[in-house]
Amino acid sequence: MINRLSVTTIWVKDQNEALRFYTEKLGFEIRADVTNGDFRWLTVGLKTQPDIEFQLAALKPSHALTQKQVDHLTALVEAGLLGIGPWKTDDCYQTCATLQARGVEFLQPATDRPYGIIEAVFKDNSGNTMVLAQDKPRRQA
Amino acid sequence: MRSTAHKHLRQARLILDRHYDTPITIDDLSREVALSPYYLIRAFRRAYRMTPHQYLIAQRIDRAKELLRNSDRSITEICAEVGFESLGSFSSLFRKVAGLSPSAYRANSRPSPTPAYIPLCICVLYGLEE
Repeated sequence: MINRLSVTTIWVKDQNEALRFYTEKLGFEIRADVTNGDFRWLTVGLKTQPDIEFQLAALKPSHALTQKQVDHLTALVEAGLLGIGPWKTDDCYQTCATLQARGVEFLQPATDRPYGIIEAVFKDNSGNTMVLAQDKPRRQA
Repeated sequence: MRSTAHKHLRQARLILDRHYDTPITIDDLSREVALSPYYLIRAFRRAYRMTPHQYLIAQRIDRAKELLRNSDRSITEICAEVGFESLGSFSSLFRKVAGLSPSAYRANSRPSPTPAYIPLCICVLYGLEE
């Protein structure tokens, strides 16, 4: 039976700019980078989670996507509707500070939520809006 | 496209796949596949959405990426091994195509124990040839 997810997709406006963002700013590593004609299969992953990759999929017309579909998808990405996550961290405040110092744009700063999580909201350089979250130990009843 | 022309284009592509590390020119390639350089460039671009020269550069950069990730050879050695003559032009072209400089690319990569492949669903959707 199906036993795990290995790759999921993040739509990006420019693969090179996204690669710089995800490696140099977020600290991801390159996992796969293969071209076939003008198609580039590019995946990155977290150093702490080796068994899942994120395809940085190019928003550009191709055999699979018409210009109209690219325009629709781009509008959704820019509106922040296709972001994935939440991304987990052990220290949301510190990670926020580190990423902000590298120029990552945050829409919401790290905030202690009443439902037991510290959360922040940031954007990648295509517009994908994503949550950074730290679980807090559950209080003993 | 006529099937014989397509056969010639596939042959041209195969030659570039096999001999990307040699100083191959469009004249060499057109002689090998018996098509005029002008026709070869136009037909190749129509079939593969890039010119033979762009395809050759892409092959070289792809091989360089593989060596940066999975070997400990120096960048100078890799530059020569994939068919570039100048380290400066290799580095700037690599950054333009791959998005990172060769050294940053190596530093930000995890070596892959298995050959990378494009999933079948993507090949079907994007009409990629093997």
